[in-house]
Parts: sequence; structure tokens; C-alpha cells
Amino acid sequence: MKPTDTRNPDYFHKVVDCQWACPAHTPVPAYIRLIAQGQYGDAYLLNRESNVFPGILGRVCDRPCEPACRRTRVEEEPVAICRLKRVAADHRGEIEDKLPKKPEKTNGKRIALIGAGPASFTVANDLAPLGYECTIFEKLDAPGGLMRSNIPAFRLPEQVLSEELGYILDMGVELKLGTPVESMKALLDEGWAAIFVGTGAPKGKNLDLQGRYDTDNIHIGIDWLESVAFEHTKKIGKQVLIIGVGNTAMDCCRTSLRLGADTVKVMARKPREFFKASVWELEDAEEENIEIVVNHSPKAFVLEKGKLVGMLFETMEYELDAKGRIETQRVTGEVTIPCDDVILAIGQENAFPWIEADAGIEFDKWQIPMIDETTFQSTIPGVFFGGDAAFGPKNIIWAVEHGHQAAISIHKHCQGKMLTGRLPDELEMVATKMGMFEWRYSNSYDNSDRRQMEHVELVKRFEKLDVEVELGFSAEQIATEVERCLNCDIQTVFDAPLCEECDACIDICPVECLSIAPTAETEGELRNSLSVSEVEDGQALYVSDGLPLTGRVMIKDENVCLHCGLCAERCPTAAWDMQEGVIHIHHAEDQDTTSGRTGP
Amino acid sequence: MTSFVKPHIRRKNEPVNELGLVRADYDGAMSTLCAGCGHDSVTASMARAFFELSIKPHRAVKVSGIGCSSKTTAYFLREAHGNNTVHGRMPSVATGAVAANSALTYIGVSGDGDSLSIGLGQFVHAMRRNVNMLYVLENNGVYGLTKGQFSASADLGSLAKRGAPNEMPPIDPVSLALSVGATFVARGFSGDREQLVPLIKAGLKHKGFGLIDVISPCVSFNDHKGSTKSYAHTYKYYHKAVHADYVAPSKDIKVCYDEGEIMPVEMHDGGVIRLRKLEKGFDPRDRAAAMSALANAQKEDEILTGLLHIDETHPDMHALNKMEDRPLNEIPYAELNPGGAKLHELQKGFR
Repeated sequence: MKPTDTRNPDYFHKVVDCQWACPAHTPVPAYIRLIAQGQYGDAYLLNRESNVFPGILGRVCDRPCEPACRRTRVEEEPVAICRLKRVAADHRGEIEDKLPKKPEKTNGKRIALIGAGPASFTVANDLAPLGYECTIFEKLDAPGGLMRSNIPAFRLPEQVLSEELGYILDMGVELKLGTPVESMKALLDEGWAAIFVGTGAPKGKNLDLQGRYDTDNIHIGIDWLESVAFEHTKKIGKQVLIIGVGNTAMDCCRTSLRLGADTVKVMARKPREFFKASVWELEDAEEENIEIVVNHSPKAFVLEKGKLVGMLFETMEYELDAKGRIETQRVTGEVTIPCDDVILAIGQENAFPWIEADAGIEFDKWQIPMIDETTFQSTIPGVFFGGDAAFGPKNIIWAVEHGHQAAISIHKHCQGKMLTGRLPDELEMVATKMGMFEWRYSNSYDNSDRRQMEHVELVKRFEKLDVEVELGFSAEQIATEVERCLNCDIQTVFDAPLCEECDACIDICPVECLSIAPTAETEGELRNSLSVSEVEDGQALYVSDGLPLTGRVMIKDENVCLHCGLCAERCPTAAWDMQEGVIHIHHAEDQDTTSGRTGP
Repeated sequence: MTSFVKPHIRRKNEPVNELGLVRADYDGAMSTLCAGCGHDSVTASMARAFFELSIKPHRAVKVSGIGCSSKTTAYFLREAHGNNTVHGRMPSVATGAVAANSALTYIGVSGDGDSLSIGLGQFVHAMRRNVNMLYVLENNGVYGLTKGQFSASADLGSLAKRGAPNEMPPIDPVSLALSVGATFVARGFSGDREQLVPLIKAGLKHKGFGLIDVISPCVSFNDHKGSTKSYAHTYKYYHKAVHADYVAPSKDIKVCYDEGEIMPVEMHDGGVIRLRKLEKGFDPRDRAAAMSALANAQKEDEILTGLLHIDETHPDMHALNKMEDRPLNEIPYAELNPGGAKLHELQKGFR
């Protein structure tokens, strides 16, 4: 078997589970270390390089990083990564002078960005400092896209949103509010250097059951949330049913409580393990006494004298197979649940009524535009899509990453370069050893449990629609939570020629992730010969060159390593070392520089 | 931080033994030996052997003398009994302890200085008595704690760190043990845990005195070119003669046999040691054959390792002296101390 090639940036990147799982590849352990050192402003700026909206995402990110967190290999709860991001944002202080600047003069290339959501703002963030003249068109009267219209203010305060959008507008980006783009063909004729479509997935799915159109008390979730956000809707009935159990449903039910509803039930067709909502959003809703009713499939709306009085459901029963998938389902009965209003939160779709069929943009049979997954270019050169508009509903952090990639493409397109000639990721290894038992990171394992976010007490939070529920971490909570991070980006690096096979590293390792063994043909064979061979998706065995004394190989199971550095501390010859693996992920601004980084 | 500790981390799906304990439950205090010391590997192998045998830590006794090796009893089995005794006097203390309570599992850890110089007399007589204990001799050829003088096990011509040659012949603990009738004689290497862990398990289960001479390099004072106890030298001249696996009585023993290749030795507890020959014409049950194999290996500069001799038939100290099997602390006081009249009667018999 060949020794592991750690020069490929992806190898060490994968070991940093959180960073690898983040669509924008935020360097999580690096910013947590900055927080630990009290450098909140620097932590904020490091975040911003990749995810652009640390204050927003520190509150409402979908957090793909947290389920991936290495901490869950030894404990139930991951590091509160998202909450620590908010810590960096809350305490960042004066950072405005360190943000990318409005250029002294522009390059004369005009970019049209359709829809003022996270995708368009990310494109503007990456391109405006390079001299591009970016104009964002928005049909509503305030920017932010779904971050403003769909995420309630009690989760994301207006001020946080406006500040972070403001940073980008201050780079010389023009924002045209109340200006819907009504024709792609007309836009194409206006001579823009490039067009970016970031209009989201604005069409909430309907539920076409009996009685649907006979009352005004049935609402489409995302439209209703938007109407609340812009203060067109200020109240709702006493009994409210939410259909669907995704994150939009959670926002709908909690908003209903704040508009005067007494009892709010979230109606789920399937059992709890099939819920689409994030666990923490479910918990936050249940904390507010929302009842989540499982195994109820909507059948009809019940009206009396033209007034909505209830909804008819079929009660369901499911049999699951060994893998937890539904094998069979059957209807066990029917039940009517009384209500004054129903909110439908069963998904959303892309919709491009303003793109003419003959505009030249091709759509697939599901009416999804055909977009290149690397360049985000549509079938018209110079027209790009990103965010939910590109591949359907995802989340904010995906929209940000789409924005970064589209910005690279737009930059290349405007220079007449190949869109695919993108700068690859690079890896820089930085020493961390400071002396005997001293490393540039806190390597001792802290067995503290995850800190719990304090919430505003129930009575107070319903007083106004925009009372932010989460209070943020206290100083003590910050100090403990940062120590829970295992610093997975501080990589274990092995130099085979120095090893004299004393086994000291194997003995000291608290999770027994090291072995010395004869080499084998395949990784599978090697795993079989190891005492510890737990397999985690995507985590490899780190296999060394042949060792000088016996020709055997050093093997490290990347799955269970906790990066405590004891192997390097114990090694008499410094064959093991702990080095920070900095993954350089390039954005539009880096594309013109030839790579000056050196590999490991 | 100024020092470090090995944290106790419970992994998910971590293997447990028959007692429900994990391997780390058999760890001890943090080692203060030099990084890379062979003794730390031996410690880890001992902890693993106790874990795999599912021995309750509090039913084990660790005894040692003085030296780097003798410090290691602190580094495993934190819940076991322990006695760090006077230099070279561990065998006496162990003998007394075994006499008082033979129901516990005894492991003595010593070094080449403790056993072959100051404690040579004690060491030899414990073997002659066949005290029921495992004696692990961590052998590195130098006095590490006093900065690297040659010990009695240093080979002729071996060079000290500053270049001075050793001009006295060595005492080989394995040859010595064979010559005084030891009933379980093995040699291992700290760098080969696949061999060492099964040897320790077999030694712990042997009824009688078990000696394992473990080549355990001193990284600070005897790991240089010209040393015959360095990692490099040991890996180069290392020769496995026989491999021993202990199979507990509960396991199905019979299916494992492959006569000719595997030699089974039945143990007192009903278990079996399976000896796997790695060399033709060598039978560890034959003391003379072991001695001759050892002499041949020495001639070839080879370090012969494995379970080199085993004799399960010879009675141990308890049997030889017809001693009480019950631990003294389980015998009622009246029986232990029958009173002055009985003593008088006993003394009369000697007059």
C-alpha cells in the first residue's frame, strides 16, 4: 500500500470534520482559537472571509458543521460552533477599517445581481472591492431576501441583518429596492458585463384539498412570514395549525404565538425521525409549548358557513424496516382538529416567471434552470445562478458558497478567461511546538459538557415580535465552550525516517488510534490487522513510509484521533509533530495571483 | 502547561473485557520515565495482558525493587496492591506476600541492576522456590537512573554512550533461570507487543515462578551505535523461536490443535498454553533443548525470544511446603492463633 499523500490539501482538510462539512469551508478551529484568546474581531474577520455573514449565521445557520464535529466521537454533543460564531460577532468591536474597501476607481464592468439575498450579496462582497460596479435589484422594500422575509426577528434581529448587509453596500454596491426585474430579455439587452440570478425559491408549495379556496384563513407559510416581516399581517386566530414540520414550519408556529394565537399545533404526516426541521429548532418550538402532532395526514379543510373551523386528518400507522425506512403505511382512522387558521409549510420551489421561454436559458423537465455545478453558469454565457435559485432550496451557507463560486466565474468571464481554470485549494503547514509540553494551542482534553444557551423567559419573549430569544453566551460559557474544541486542524504529521519504533506514541495515545504493523495491499486489509478499526465515513488511515528498522508502517486511524498531541509530546525523536494545516480556499480576489504558497 | 497527563476518554463502542472494564481501567499514574523508554511499552503490555485476562485490578499485587524499571509499578493497574521495596529485595517481599495470600495474582517488576547485581541472590532463590508469581525483568544493560553505567547484563564489547567498551562477561538471566530449575522461562522485547502480551498472559497463568526477560532499550543512555541493547540492534538480531498463546479454560480448546505445529501445554487452571514452533526441532518443554538452543543463538549473536522453557509439572512453593491454601486473612483468628497451650505443645515436640 502506498503511503498517504498529505500534500493533497483535501487529505488534512477532511480531517477537520467541521470545516469539511461547511459548504463555505469556514476554518472553525482557527476562529475558535482566536475567540479563546479574546481576539473576537479577528475571529469575526476570519469567519467573514469564508461565510461573509458571521452575525447572521451565528444565529440561524443550518450548522452542517455540528453533526460532523469530532467531539461527537467521544461525547453526545458537538462543540457549539454556531454559538461561538455569534460570540465572535457579538464582541467583534470596531472592525470596519479591516473590511474590504470600496476601490478608488471602478473597472467599468457592470454586474447585475437579481434578488437581494445572501447569494447576490456574497457575489457583490467578492467583486465590488475588485472594481466591479455591482447593482442589486430587489422587488421588496428592504434587502436580505429570505433572511429578512422568512426568518423572524426574534431569531435574527433586524439590526444584525442590516449591519452585515451594510458592510457590503459600503463597498460601493448599488441597491435598487422596490425594483423587480420583469424581463430577462430586457435585462440582457441592457449590456451588463454579467448577470447573476439569486432570486431564491420564492414559491411556497400549495395543498390543493377540498375547501382550500373557500376561505382566507389558509396561508402559504413563506408568503405569510414575509407579510408578517413587512407588517402587513399583524394578527392570527386563536387556534392555528401548521402543516409540515420543516424549519419554515417552526418559524410559522413560533410567529403565530407572537401574533396572538393560544394553541398552535404542528401537524406531521410521519413519525419524529422523519422531521426535516433541525433538532434545535424543534426544541426551541417545544420550549414555547408548541405541540407537534405526528402521524396525521391532511385530508380536507372543514368549513362551516364559509368560515374555517377545522381540518380533517387521516391518522396513519407506519411499519419501518431495519434501516428505519418506511416499509408499509396504512390509514387507521380520521379525526377533525378545530382551528381558526392553517399555515402551509410543506416546502418551496424555484419560480422564474420573469425569464421568457425564448430568452435562451434552458430549463430541465422540472423547470429547474440548467446550471453548471462548478461555474454556476447557465446556458447563456455571462448569466449565472446561485443560492436557492440554482439547484432548489438549500440554506444560507450554501447560498454564500454559491456566491463565492459565481463571483470567481464572473471575474474570469469578464477577463475573457476560461471559467474552469480556477485556483485549487492550497495547504500550508505551520509549526505549533513552543517548547517542552508547550504548544501553540490548548491541547489538553477538557471533558466539559456543551454549554446551554440561555433564553429570554417565556413571558417576556412574547411581548413583542422582535424580542430575540437567545441571549448569547456568557463569559464563563465562552471560556468553557472554546476548550471543548479539539483543534482538528492541528494535524499529526509523521516523519518516518526519524522513527525508531519504541511504541511510546502507541502507549500514550488515549484513544488507541496508532499502530505499527506490516504493510498490506489495501486499506481494508490494513484495517483488519488493527485492534481499533472503527470506520467513520470519509475518514482514512494515515499510512507512513516503511520505518527504518523493520520496514513496517506507522498507521493512524484519522477517525478516532483527538489531536491531543501526546504522541508528539512522547516521541523521543520528534518523528511525530503537531502542525497547523492551514487550508487556503481561494475566492475571486485570489484568482489573479499566481500561487506563492509552498506545500508541506 | 508544565507537564501533561493522559486523559481518560471513553470512546463509543470501546472494547470491554468480561468484567465490563475498558483497557484504560488498567492504566496507572502518568509515567515519568524518558520519552521513548522501552519500559513504558512493557507497562502498556502488562496492562493489556491483565485487561485481556479480565483480572480484577484490586485482586492483583505489584511488587518491585529500585530502579527505572521498578518505578513502573506505579504506571499500571492503579487499583492494585503494590509494594516498592528495598533495592534487590523484591523477591523476599513477594515470597512473604504469596505465603500470606496465594489467592491474588502477583507480578514483580525489576531490572537488570536490581535483579542481576544487588539482588542476584534473592532472584535465584525465588526461582528455586518456585514462588507463584510472574517476574518481569526489564533488561536494558545500563544503570539508567544513575546516568548510564554498564550493568551486569551488558554484553562483552558493548560500547557505553561515551565509547568505553564493556570488558566483563554478562549474566544472562534466561541461562541462569534454566540452570536453577525455573519452570517458566521466556524472553521478549518491548518493541514486540504481539509476542509480549501473550507471554505475560501465559506467565500470569503459570503456576509457579515465571520469568520474562524483556529487552527494553534505554533511550537516554544505551540506544546508540555500538550498544547491543538499542532498538536498532534488538530489531536487527531479534529471533523468535516460539510463540505462546494462553487459551482460557472457558474457550473451546480442542478445535485449535494442529499437532506438530502447535504444542499444547495444559495449565493448572484448566487453560492451555499453545506453543507455536517457529523453529524446527525445538521443544520448550525440554530444558536441555532450551539450553542448547540458547547456546547456539548466543554463538550466532542472535537474541532468542519467546517462551523458551515451560514445566507445569513441578510443584510451586505452596505445594512443596504443604502450605495453607486459604489466605491468612480468611482464616478465623482462633485457628490462626490457637493460644499459648498449643504453642507450648508444639515447642515440646522440638525438645
